[in-house]
Amino acid sequence: MLKTILKRILQSIPTLLIVVTVTFVLTRMIPGNPARSVLGPQASPDAIAELEEEMGLNKSKAEQYVDYMFNVLKGDFGKSYVYNKPVTTLIAERIPNTLVITLTSLVIALIIGLAIGVFSALHQYSILDYVFMILALVGVSMPIFWLGMMLVMTFSVNLGWLPALGMGDLSNGLGDFISHMILPCFCLATIPTATFARITRSSMLEVINNDSIKSLRARGIKESVVIWKHALKNALPPIVTVLGLQLAQAFTGAILTESIFSWPGMGTMIVSAIDNRDYQLIQGTVLFIAVVFVVVNLLVDVVYMLINPRVSYESGKGGK
Amino acid sequence: MSAQNTEALGAKAHEEMLKKERRANNVWNKLKRNKTAMIGLVIVLFMVIIAIFAPVITSVDPDEIHPLDTFLTPGQNGHIFGTDEFGRDLFARILYGSRVSIIVAVGGTIVAGIIGILLGLIAGYMGGFVDAVIMRIMDGLLAFPFVLLSIILMTVLGPGVVNVIIAIGVGNVPSFARVVRGEVHIVKNEEYCNAGRVIGVSNIRMLFSHILPNILSPVIVYATLGVAGAIISEAALSFLGLGISTPTSSWGSILRQGKDCLNTAPHVAMISGLFILVTVLGFNLLGDGIRDVLDPKMKK
Repeated sequence: MLKTILKRILQSIPTLLIVVTVTFVLTRMIPGNPARSVLGPQASPDAIAELEEEMGLNKSKAEQYVDYMFNVLKGDFGKSYVYNKPVTTLIAERIPNTLVITLTSLVIALIIGLAIGVFSALHQYSILDYVFMILALVGVSMPIFWLGMMLVMTFSVNLGWLPALGMGDLSNGLGDFISHMILPCFCLATIPTATFARITRSSMLEVINNDSIKSLRARGIKESVVIWKHALKNALPPIVTVLGLQLAQAFTGAILTESIFSWPGMGTMIVSAIDNRDYQLIQGTVLFIAVVFVVVNLLVDVVYMLINPRVSYESGKGGK
Repeated sequence: MSAQNTEALGAKAHEEMLKKERRANNVWNKLKRNKTAMIGLVIVLFMVIIAIFAPVITSVDPDEIHPLDTFLTPGQNGHIFGTDEFGRDLFARILYGSRVSIIVAVGGTIVAGIIGILLGLIAGYMGGFVDAVIMRIMDGLLAFPFVLLSIILMTVLGPGVVNVIIAIGVGNVPSFARVVRGEVHIVKNEEYCNAGRVIGVSNIRMLFSHILPNILSPVIVYATLGVAGAIISEAALSFLGLGISTPTSSWGSILRQGKDCLNTAPHVAMISGLFILVTVLGFNLLGDGIRDVLDPKMKK
């Protein structure tokens, strides 16, 4: 097991190298002069040349790449010239805000999705099963940026129940903060809830007709224990895989959701960094998110192996 | 001898053709019985028809500005879906916008499909070092959240229909490559592939004549579901101001305009978003249905 996990970790290294390289190449391809973007259109050519030198942009691309790689290995993601702060500091400032809404929405989605999925599997072909599965299908097809706008229109503009923008202020009490979280979290939780419900239903349907579950019932074990302890445990592996994917995709959702609700997280920072041609910040944040994605995938695979020892990465799992 | 051989080969080819036809009929019959697939197909066909026949359905120019008719609500002054901030007819804009949205989504999926299938075939069939290099690059690209990769690509390429197709295509290549590679791994060791290798069939012929036709089912399913994802991606990019820009209208760009006038004319965002939702739902239903028919083991 340890050897397999180690092998899986080693496999992530070339992936991370490619991520770093692709990030470097793509950000260098963005049109516009970053030094001019920082200094503005009125800046003198001397000032631009000076800043270009400070940013290392006067060096050849190969030299820039080598410098960048060494700095990344040292944990130095560079400095944002727009914010005049190190990129790591900016990420550290923003990441808690993004994590608050992504993790909260994922936990809510997991609880509701599991409950709906188990219920639907136990009441297969009932009216409620059909209703839930239709809703789940609508949920996975939902453009969340549109949903966000509709939520703002209904609950903020028309009803005036919830705030539409920002993340509130904890100094105004926890209630203010939570009220600002409701709409973004609802928006972000929609697709994961629908996905969890669908995968839990299909996974549970496979499990609840197994001989092992039938024998537990025959032994007179309480139905709730059979379902929630034994059947759900056996149905977990595909749910864990989906959880990992959803966790990684939550960042994608956050980019759009944060833009709609002006939530001051990583998403809004990335969009404004692209607008400002803030090279270092784009590189840093994109790299950070991609690394998180790789690490989350790695953790998911490890958890998958732990809960399902039959899986062997020696022979290759799925497409890997 | 030669004539006999030709006749025998001709009969065999004819039988093969009949077999393929029977299999296609069988798939279509199964698909017809699948309610999910049929609802999806009807929705998709409806959207494709309104896209193709937009000039026949409405004679109104989608870009014609009427400063005195701004923000009319649906049904007012003969405007079925109302008008936008420039007094343009929203019904016409939605109809013409469907052309751009569907072309971009299908185009992006085709680009991704062609490149992804090629890379997946090569990686899966060659194995070893070539496989490792291709798949590590694909893993690296997969590590970028799709929207983020598309956003950066669009910033590099600039707005425009072709560029959105490229951005969506490139973003989807890794997923196609992984699906295809996984299937090739299974198929390449089948009896008929071994037999082909024994009689000296070339690698290219083996890949395109023997392996590719036998891995098409999951690719078709993935492509159908991929179109649904691509419609949302186009809308997301346009929504962020990086996709289709004026004067060309897509559902995403109409939605972006709707965001700016959400308080005064909510119908602009509501209607364009509903079209996106229903079309994506249609492709998802169709994709689920095709999967159930082509690969019953995967049935949810």
